[in-house]
Amino acid sequence: MTTVKASMAGTVWKIIVTEGEEVKAGQDVAILESMKMEIPITAEVGGKVKKILAQEGDFINVNDDILELE
Amino acid sequence: MISKILIANRGEIARRIIRTCQKMNIQTVAVYSEADANALHVKEADEAFEIGKPPVALSYLNIEKIIEVAKETKADAIHPGYGLLSENAQFAKRCEEEGIRFIGPNAEVIASIGSKLEARKTMQKAGVPIIEGIDVPLENIEEAKEIANKIGFPIMLKASAGGGGIGMQRIDREEELEKAFEGNKKRAESFFGDGTMYIEKLIENPHHVEVQIIADSHGNVVPLFERECSVQRRNQKVVEEAPSPFISTSTREKMLDAAVQAAKHIGYTNAGTIEFLVDGDENFYFLEMNTRLQVEHPVTEEITKLDLVEWQIHVANNKPLTFTRESIKKHGHAIEVRIYAENPKTFFPSPGTITELQLPEGEGIRHEIAVESGSAVTPFYDPMIAKLVVWGETREIAVRRLTDALQQYKVTGIETNIPMLLEVVQKQPFIDGMTTTSFVNDYYLPQIQNVKN
Repeated sequence: MTTVKASMAGTVWKIIVTEGEEVKAGQDVAILESMKMEIPITAEVGGKVKKILAQEGDFINVNDDILELE
Repeated sequence: MISKILIANRGEIARRIIRTCQKMNIQTVAVYSEADANALHVKEADEAFEIGKPPVALSYLNIEKIIEVAKETKADAIHPGYGLLSENAQFAKRCEEEGIRFIGPNAEVIASIGSKLEARKTMQKAGVPIIEGIDVPLENIEEAKEIANKIGFPIMLKASAGGGGIGMQRIDREEELEKAFEGNKKRAESFFGDGTMYIEKLIENPHHVEVQIIADSHGNVVPLFERECSVQRRNQKVVEEAPSPFISTSTREKMLDAAVQAAKHIGYTNAGTIEFLVDGDENFYFLEMNTRLQVEHPVTEEITKLDLVEWQIHVANNKPLTFTRESIKKHGHAIEVRIYAENPKTFFPSPGTITELQLPEGEGIRHEIAVESGSAVTPFYDPMIAKLVVWGETREIAVRRLTDALQQYKVTGIETNIPMLLEVVQKQPFIDGMTTTSFVNDYYLPQIQNVKN
């Protein structure tokens, strides 16, 4: 199991995937808004989305968990 | 006469406005979010009030809260700076209703030009050249395809409410249009609350040249020359200069004429900018009008020796302009670079704390800066932390001074785009003054690709 973490501080603008969905390595799973810019968050490895941990609109810090993959 | 101004902004522009107010013996009121409690503009204003949580929607965009502070402090005017509420007609209207002077054009003028699509129509009526395109919102993807094919690819797909490059995309083929249409529409809806999209023909390798104007309440409109702002990344300006090294004297005169015509047609007052795209043959087309002070206004100040904020305040006081197009002369050449807190290769933001800051000094150097050593750069606002402005008797001298200054500019603790700026100003096409909006794509990004490989 791996966790996809925030690459920088920002507000969760969109979670693109849903729980149970299969994602590939390199696929965008969420979009953060930081400093008026959209920052795509990609899954480094492939897997099935087990649990989404961050909600759209949440403010998260760098390295905070966004979702779990299994 | 205005005696106290509330500054509805933050960062370097708030400090810039405070400086002119102090020179004019005008009292200042700063407003700030929780994240900006230790910001320099808060310390420098005569009074400062916290107006809410860090996200702009809860603080710097809270119209009623800002109006309330203005009334409590008995500020007789509000300067909106740039960005945030500066082009918000509703805000200007609320100021008018409360008897607070809004330093800018009136609410109706802002509204008439606020939608890019409306602005196109208005400018066409004013006799200003516009890019071939449509004048009504696109209803759906089928209509978008039909119109795109009629105009001919490549096209620019644009959000009418857009800004900062958001909702805007170059489209080369019909297949790309479908995905881009939905994506940009959604983005525009989410960012601006308005998903109206339209299409314009793409101008290949254009220069971005804009004309600064100032208009008083007595019908006088004076153009203050142009700025070339072709060096951009993510559709946002990075380097700006005045005058444009590209256009000829006769093109300049035609562009200044068009800008004055546009301002007069809409009954514009205060400082404003008409942006144009200029093709390789020096044909120019209206891009958009900014009804506010712009980030890059210092380069105009440097070549005209005018203080634009001072003149904005004079105009708001109904004072007539004391200069004319004929009496304003340009002196030398000025270049501004925007210092962004971002990775110089990916252009992704780099929030954090500045541990050390060392600013270059020397002849012709001007700093507009929001931070100092120990300042936190938070993820809530624009990544621009400073502007470096240089002036020289000639462009060559200005470029040399800029290069030297950038080499001495030190920021540690966060990443900045200074390495990128240094590369850019030393590239031959930049030295030659041949910059188009694809400059970064053509000359900077390929080099990064090579480094990666």
